[in-house]
Amino acid sequence: MPLLTVEQLGKSYNTHTKVLRNVNFEVEAGEFVSIIGPSGAGKSTLLRCINRMVDIDEGAVIFNGADVGMLNKKELRTLRTDIGMVFQHYNLVPRLSVIENVLHGRFGYKTTLQGIMGRFTEAEKERAFYLLEKLGIAEHAYKRCNQLSGGQQQRVGIARALIQEPKIVLCDEPIASLDPKASTIIMDHLKSITVELGITCIVNLHQVEVARDYSDRIIGLREGQVVFDEMSYRLTEQRTDILYGTKSKPVTQVRELLTV
Amino acid sequence: MNENLVRIKRKNQTVIFIVVLTVFTYLSSVITDFNILHGIATLPEAIVWIFSNLVITEESLERLPTIVEKLIETILMSIAATTTATIFSLILGVMGSKTIGTSKALGVFARFVASLSRNIPVVAWALILLLSFGQNSLTGYLALFVGSVGFLTRSFIEVIDEASQSAVVALRATGATYVQIIGKAVIPECLPQMISWVLFMIETNIRNATLVGILTGTGIGYSFDLYYKTMNYPGVALVTISIVLAVILIELLSNHVRKVIL
Ligand SMILES: Nc1ncnc2c1ncn2[C@@H]1O[C@H](COP(=O)(O)OP(=O)(O)OP(=O)(O)O)[C@@H](O)[C@H]1O
Ligand SMILES: [Mg+2]
Repeated sequence: MPLLTVEQLGKSYNTHTKVLRNVNFEVEAGEFVSIIGPSGAGKSTLLRCINRMVDIDEGAVIFNGADVGMLNKKELRTLRTDIGMVFQHYNLVPRLSVIENVLHGRFGYKTTLQGIMGRFTEAEKERAFYLLEKLGIAEHAYKRCNQLSGGQQQRVGIARALIQEPKIVLCDEPIASLDPKASTIIMDHLKSITVELGITCIVNLHQVEVARDYSDRIIGLREGQVVFDEMSYRLTEQRTDILYGTKSKPVTQVRELLTV
Repeated sequence: MNENLVRIKRKNQTVIFIVVLTVFTYLSSVITDFNILHGIATLPEAIVWIFSNLVITEESLERLPTIVEKLIETILMSIAATTTATIFSLILGVMGSKTIGTSKALGVFARFVASLSRNIPVVAWALILLLSFGQNSLTGYLALFVGSVGFLTRSFIEVIDEASQSAVVALRATGATYVQIIGKAVIPECLPQMISWVLFMIETNIRNATLVGILTGTGIGYSFDLYYKTMNYPGVALVTISIVLAVILIELLSNHVRKVIL
């Protein structure tokens, strides 16, 4: 059974526009999948339906055997502990230290009081340091997050997701605010999550090249519909053009633009 | 050419504004029977009176220990009223926030409580509370408390609504509970501004406490009232100066705290 099944998923924020339409796909455990598509295609919305950060309107999302749309509040909380999330803008608490932000990933397992009091076990703290070590930012553990570079902050975000011990990590444009060097570091770390820890990754990306280099499979979304879902190497330039609607303009038209 | 036109237009607006203001000032002084010229004429006399009567004499300095004691009592009461109000305002502020509030009804309730307690002046609160609690320090404390809840709730709502929501989203995605999110993402994020408002409230309350004290017969306000009614003007002068000094001291102190935390 696949880890994640999305069946005829439909979503709209208001009555007149449908953001997602009849989306179907499956993701096996251990896969690295990229979702690409033009801005506004519904990539972020699709990710948010998987851990129900937004409500599901039509169809179903089945994660690890559970129908995500049907869960009650408590079950939803348990589901979310199994799903890590990484954001474009890192979404850390900037005034808190790196280690505090990482440990935030454990709240899902704690009672409200334990969380408020900041009661973490030795094992959890050790694990947090281990992850920071692994991500190469252990020396910043006690610094405030707003003193870190974007690339370093994103690694804190990844550590926060990993300390959840998730089955899947959802990444919404994790490298969109980073320079090429930091982007490579982040993508390499994400890739090693799948390869070394066997954790499934779904990554929203704007860079087609990066998607092709890193992922096993690419899902192309356009106007809320899946228009491509195949192994990465099968994404040809022509099909990318169709996906993004950038079908190269006729040569004469380009020339006109240049001469004006 | 266009620029010139704009300039002329602006000039006209200024002239109209000044004319309107003058007319209003004249009308209001006519209606209220207030003679500006007479007011200005008596000013020198008043100043002379102040400087010849409101002087600290050696005799009045003997009362200093009692005054300092009352002053400290007043400051402590202001701080107590502010800190207890802070706790209530924190809860009301979260409820009233548009970004993290849970229900519309609670939000309306919180904002209603805030505007009710804020739009009635502290002096009016003191007078209202006097009726039911009588002349004692509890009444003074409550008057300050109620006013503080209104002001702080409103400030906290603004601070929370202006803070970034991104960490809230992230914590929700980890499966954190609502209270955990408030405690570990929202409050840490808003803490410096909140502390700044609380310090401001303490300053304001120390100033208001004098006035409230006159009405409720407690603290430094009571001393002021007593000396005033017995025409002990050196005493009044000493009380006034010690209040001014205390307020300046507290302000310096809280400015220092602000610098450290922001
Ligand atoms: N909370 C919301 N309320 C209303 N409409 C929304 C909301 N979030 C997204 N939308 C709309 O849904 C559509 C899809 O948005 P979504 O963010 O999923 O696209 P995306 O593919 O992630 O785009 P981008 O590449 O720019 O991030 C857009 O038209 C957007 O305006
Ligand atoms: Mg997006």
